[in-house]
Amino acid sequence: MQQKSASPVDNSTSTAPPKLILYSFWQSSCSWRVRFALNLKGLPYEYRAVNLSNGEQFSPEFEKINPLHYVPALADADLVVSDSLAILLYLEEKYPHKALMPVDRRLRVLNLQAANIVSSSIQPLHMVSVLRNIEEKFGSEERSSWAQSKIETGFFALEKLLNSLAGKYATGDEIYLADVFLAPQIAVAIKRFNIDMSKFPTLSRIFNSYKALPEFLDSLPERQPDAVN
Amino acid sequence: MAGEESKKLKLYSYWRSSCSCRVRIGLNLKGLEYEYVPVNLLKGEQQTPEFLKLNPVGLVPVLVDGDVVLADSFAILMYLEEKFPQHPLLPKDLHRRGINYQAANIVCSSIQPYQNIPILKFMKEKLGPDADVAWAQDHIQRGFSALEKLLKDYSGKYATGDEVFLADLFLAPQIDGAIRRFKVDMDEFPLLARIFKAYLELPAFRDAMPERQPDAPAEHRD
Repeated sequence: MQQKSASPVDNSTSTAPPKLILYSFWQSSCSWRVRFALNLKGLPYEYRAVNLSNGEQFSPEFEKINPLHYVPALADADLVVSDSLAILLYLEEKYPHKALMPVDRRLRVLNLQAANIVSSSIQPLHMVSVLRNIEEKFGSEERSSWAQSKIETGFFALEKLLNSLAGKYATGDEIYLADVFLAPQIAVAIKRFNIDMSKFPTLSRIFNSYKALPEFLDSLPERQPDAVN
Repeated sequence: MAGEESKKLKLYSYWRSSCSCRVRIGLNLKGLEYEYVPVNLLKGEQQTPEFLKLNPVGLVPVLVDGDVVLADSFAILMYLEEKFPQHPLLPKDLHRRGINYQAANIVCSSIQPYQNIPILKFMKEKLGPDADVAWAQDHIQRGFSALEKLLKDYSGKYATGDEVFLADLFLAPQIDGAIRRFKVDMDEFPLLARIFKAYLELPAFRDAMPERQPDAPAEHRD
């Protein structure tokens, strides 16, 4: 595994190693969510790449870290948490500074709902392994149309949920959990699946807000230590 | 007492929806009475103008608490947890909370999305009568293997110890569906099989199961 420090804070004079280690793959949108959140919360971390395209998640080394073979995984001292939603909720509880969940209870629910539309209704249906399976069964045209239809269905749902809520960001003028999930999802939809974003004005608008944030830009796949051109 | 009826919780649910089942268990555990409003997913009732006014996303479960309308099972359960602290759904220990979130999300994002009605229908139409079951089984088996590994060092009587917590609310409906609908062989998943037996001893879980719901068709009723 590549090990490079990619934290936004310069640790070069500190003798203590970074507390948090993030096992990530540059192209994994789930890993992206955690990178974005760590940046927003100002939490330095060590980036350890796990190469999903050559099966490194099944290596004995990574198996010791996370026997479920998933990225992202976060190591915090002797504790390892994997699954992006679980990691983000853990970070919220352990490091409450720069909270990613609003105080208002109803707004918290709406953030979880939006996050789960991405995490359960969209992303799992366009994962590489699933699309490969669809292509094997039905061919490459069906693969594209499947991905597009799953993403668009989810995006229409998000538009309905957010159109009266959104401000600068998904649920108002502050950035919260929903945004952490939406930003990578919208980026992937545009770049990988050529989704026509003119159908989704709210999502388009908030995506422009994300693009203005250094925390988002630093989390982009192509800026990660394991990015390949 | 006057006004109590209007304050009652309302749950829009489908008998067989595992997402609805999670919330039913949570409500039962916390001793919260609720009005059950059936939404027939096979007839497309989640797409009626009436329902869409309530939840424009067009999914069950939906919980109505006075003038607050909530959707998404995970979000609803977090809301209930904050508003009604009796019978906590999360342990105090931060690490164990993380394990609960992780197990819940394995079900929520890595298993259940692959067995929703439109996808199963698609598989059946395109590939034949048993293709939907084969597809669902594949994803369930992968998810269950992951869960067996995750919970190995944490389980007790239930998923993450000797008390019922959030993970159990997600696991019970998923295992129930795996057994009844998708004929998954639970001999391969001894930990999950064991804790599922323990769930069935609890009224809060039993009463929430699909076959006990008011909208369960006669041939499926318990």
